[in-house]
Amino acid sequence: MAGYILRRLLQAIPVLLGTTFLIYFMVFAMPGDPLLALFGDKTPNPALLERLRQEYNLDQPFIVQYFLYLGGIFRGDFGTSFSGEAVSDILARTFPVTIRLAILALIIEFVGGVLIGLYSGLRKGKLFDGTALIVSLVFISLPIFVIAFVGQYVFGIQLGWARTTVSSGAPIQDLILPAFVLASISLAQLIRLTRASVIETAGLDFVRTAYGKGLSRRRIIPVHILRNSLIPVVTYAATDFGVLLVGATVTEGIFNVPGVGRTLYQAIIRGEGPTVVSFVTVMVLIYLVVNLVVDLLYGLLDPRIRYVK
Amino acid sequence: MSNKPLTPTHFVAPLEETPLVAIDAVNVGERKSNLWIDAWRDMRRRPMFWVSAVIILLVIVVALFPGLFTPVAPNSDCQLSNSNGGPTGEHILGFTKQGCDVFSRIVHGTSTSLSVGIIVTILTTVLGILFGAFAGFYGGWLDAVLSRAGDIFFSIPYILAAVVIMSVFSAYRNVFVISLAIGIFAWPSTARVLRAEILRVKQSDYVMAAQAVGVSNFKILMRHVLPNSIAPVIVVTTISLGAAIVAEATLSFLGVGLPNSTMSWGNDISAAQVDLRNAPQTLIYPSLALSITVLAFIMMGEVVRDALDPKARAQR
Repeated sequence: MAGYILRRLLQAIPVLLGTTFLIYFMVFAMPGDPLLALFGDKTPNPALLERLRQEYNLDQPFIVQYFLYLGGIFRGDFGTSFSGEAVSDILARTFPVTIRLAILALIIEFVGGVLIGLYSGLRKGKLFDGTALIVSLVFISLPIFVIAFVGQYVFGIQLGWARTTVSSGAPIQDLILPAFVLASISLAQLIRLTRASVIETAGLDFVRTAYGKGLSRRRIIPVHILRNSLIPVVTYAATDFGVLLVGATVTEGIFNVPGVGRTLYQAIIRGEGPTVVSFVTVMVLIYLVVNLVVDLLYGLLDPRIRYVK
Repeated sequence: MSNKPLTPTHFVAPLEETPLVAIDAVNVGERKSNLWIDAWRDMRRRPMFWVSAVIILLVIVVALFPGLFTPVAPNSDCQLSNSNGGPTGEHILGFTKQGCDVFSRIVHGTSTSLSVGIIVTILTTVLGILFGAFAGFYGGWLDAVLSRAGDIFFSIPYILAAVVIMSVFSAYRNVFVISLAIGIFAWPSTARVLRAEILRVKQSDYVMAAQAVGVSNFKILMRHVLPNSIAPVIVVTTISLGAAIVAEATLSFLGVGLPNSTMSWGNDISAAQVDLRNAPQTLIYPSLALSITVLAFIMMGEVVRDALDPKARAQR
């Protein structure tokens, strides 16, 4: 196990260096003045420009610039936002809200996805299964902002069940609608994935043995079928985290949830390039760390993974 | 033990014993069968295939000849007095905030979405095949380098990456730049699928046979391995066309996509969001057009996957 952890950690280093380098390269190796390009058609404050020039060490050769920037990231210095607040301070303020929203969405997507997928898979070819397959396909093809607007229109405006925007403290009851929206696409994917996995597992020999020796369905379904069907479902959750991050940006923006996503959303809308770059870097780092943790947990859960290179 | 001398007289079975006719007996009347023919036979029986094929064809025709579907010009016929107006006889879907015809804007915006989808797909397929084929076929250090490079691009969610690129290139926002911004980070999934398939196909007997008769490695890759590993790539490609259209709309919705002067579904949805309460039609119809188009491509991908993969077929 120790060897596996070490190997995964070592593999993560080039990816980490590579991604930060790529983002830095995209922004600062462009012809012309990269800082001016970041502001688009706006004229930035000269004082801000000067500070950014120092912060990104633009007077140094490119590779030196990159390593200085990387050093800053390791010390928790992600730069400053357009308004002059340190990105790390904004993160400290907004991150708890996003975590709350994400956990709510993950619960909805896992409970819903696994239950609906299991039921569909066990009743393959029946009406419920067919409906679930078609509805989930429709949800997969809907862009998340369309789902958000339709949810806002139907549940917020027409039915009046939920608030269309989240109030300042982001209480849980206000987050339920945004969480459902955020969960919807992955929910649809999880339904299809669980269904396929359940159908495959249900046809395996050990399940037939279990039926053969007279075990009840109440024991076979959760213990034999469900447990063994969950492995691909758990793996999917890790790769799906990127979808969740992008989704959070749009969802938090539309429902005005005061989280990391909305901060990025507003920075994009206002064309505040440097803030966008800082927040995208942070999100990519979070994504990498989550993937690494899930990989490590996965090796813990399923011993077979550790020995496969 | 016989007393016969050990020197054999025949190395090859005499022709009269096993006539060539018998060896080469092929029933010419039998229906030809290979992966593609089987897949086609399977697909054409499924209603989902025909539904998505008809929608995709319709979208292509609308994109090429928008004038056939609406006589109303999308930009010049706008009357501010019609702002956010409901549907009338000639303008079946009502008006936008600027008083433009919603239907006409949807029809004229089709080509933007479709071209982004197609350019991104070409880009991801070419990059994916290059990286995936060389990594999977040659293995060793080349595989290590190419796969790690793919990992780096894969670990940045491509919409976030596109947001950064579009922020940097804010002065050059057009269909090509946005397609590049999406495609440059979206190819690793194609490369991974192809690499895995090539690793499997490489083990086949016909590849070994080709090696044994001295065919060069590159020729084996091009003539034998690649054509036999391309099926899963086609599935990923079809689905990613839909995903690229969504990505363009999302970027335009965020305001870092195409400029407002370019007609696109994403821009129309973005512009309509403030009027959700009083003019939902300006938001609902472009969203519907977008969703139906994407659904058609994703359905097509599913049908092709089911047809090419017997395991998926059994699960139906």
